[in-house]
Amino acid sequence: MTSDQTKIQAIIDKHHGQKKSLMAILQDIQAEFRYLPQESLRAVAKTLDIPLIDVVGVATFYRAFSLKPRGRHTCTVCQGTACHVRGAPRILDEFEQRLKIKAGETTEDKNFTLETVACLGCCAIGPVVVVDGDYHAHMTVRKVGTILKKYRK
Amino acid sequence: MITILLNNVEVQVEEHWTVLEAAKFYGLEIPTLCHNEGLSPYGGCRLCLVEIGEKPKTRLVSSCTYRVEPGLVVRTDTRRVIQARRMMIELMLSTAPNSKILQDLASRFGVTQQRFTLRNEECVLCGLCVRMCAEQMDGRAIGFQNRGHKKKISTPFDIQSEVCRLCGACMYICPACQLRCQGPEPDTAICNACLTMEPTCLERYDELQCWMYDAGRCGTCVQDAPETGRPKPE
Ligand code: FES
Ligand code: FES
Repeated sequence: MTSDQTKIQAIIDKHHGQKKSLMAILQDIQAEFRYLPQESLRAVAKTLDIPLIDVVGVATFYRAFSLKPRGRHTCTVCQGTACHVRGAPRILDEFEQRLKIKAGETTEDKNFTLETVACLGCCAIGPVVVVDGDYHAHMTVRKVGTILKKYRK
Repeated sequence: MITILLNNVEVQVEEHWTVLEAAKFYGLEIPTLCHNEGLSPYGGCRLCLVEIGEKPKTRLVSSCTYRVEPGLVVRTDTRRVIQARRMMIELMLSTAPNSKILQDLASRFGVTQQRFTLRNEECVLCGLCVRMCAEQMDGRAIGFQNRGHKKKISTPFDIQSEVCRLCGACMYICPACQLRCQGPEPDTAICNACLTMEPTCLERYDELQCWMYDAGRCGTCVQDAPETGRPKPE
């Protein structure tokens, strides 16, 4: 067994291999690897005795799960109505240009994943950008570079 | 037995029936697409809509999933029903304009215009193939993935599934896709997939599992697959 396989197995065992823990297991795997590797889904399906297609169905249904490797940092640019009218599209453009990726993609060095969301519920401080859970209020195109520099190592 | 009001006629129905079954029993025709007697009800196509309740508080429900209940008032051919049905056909036809079954439905129910952009997707997400695979073939090789406008039907990771037996039941039941097998003259047919697909089911299971037509008549599955001289699918 490779170390990844042991890790996956340990996560499944932690939840006593119960069917009802499918979501919890997938969340833990996502947290560990930042995505759901194919082999992990196969292992989960096998141990929990759930058809693989159902596991994949759950894994693709929720935005919280990703089947593609994600970057170390996740930038979420709000594109909700309030942020939109205050220039969110331009901020997204700036992110896309600087990171050289489109929304939903991950940079080649696996540093950043760029995402959009339709309203975070804090429109008053918009346009909002969230990086790894930190909220950046009143975003402007000029601030994009500084933020990226902070997280780039 | 309970009593319901079906198109203004009081009728007796069994408690466990759906509205669709009740209507069928009394000879009323309700068009369906995603409904199949051998499969569980799904309620995906909304073609079987009926209007229930008393005016002015009526609502549309899909009859294939709605259970009868005592005193239920059902009307199957109101203007609202017919308009909604036409809309559903038009929408589905915009997704899979080449489907013979959908085109027939359109002409039968007087859908003469197409106001939506054609998408040529060959799948209206009716879920027949998914249920066929799981419930009749006990395969569970295909299923729904993603959601919203990205929802699709596929195998895990979009590669050939280990549990797929290539039985073809999904294509057999599909109302929209163009891969229907054309019978034992594969050279004149469109897809030839049975000749190019590998491994054939006999190689794997020692038993024919074919749903496409009389099992084994074409002999494709007993031929030595590598000898066909055709390019192998990627
Ligand atoms: S629109 Fe961006 S937080 Fe509501
Ligand atoms: S047949 Fe009832 S919704 Fe499709």
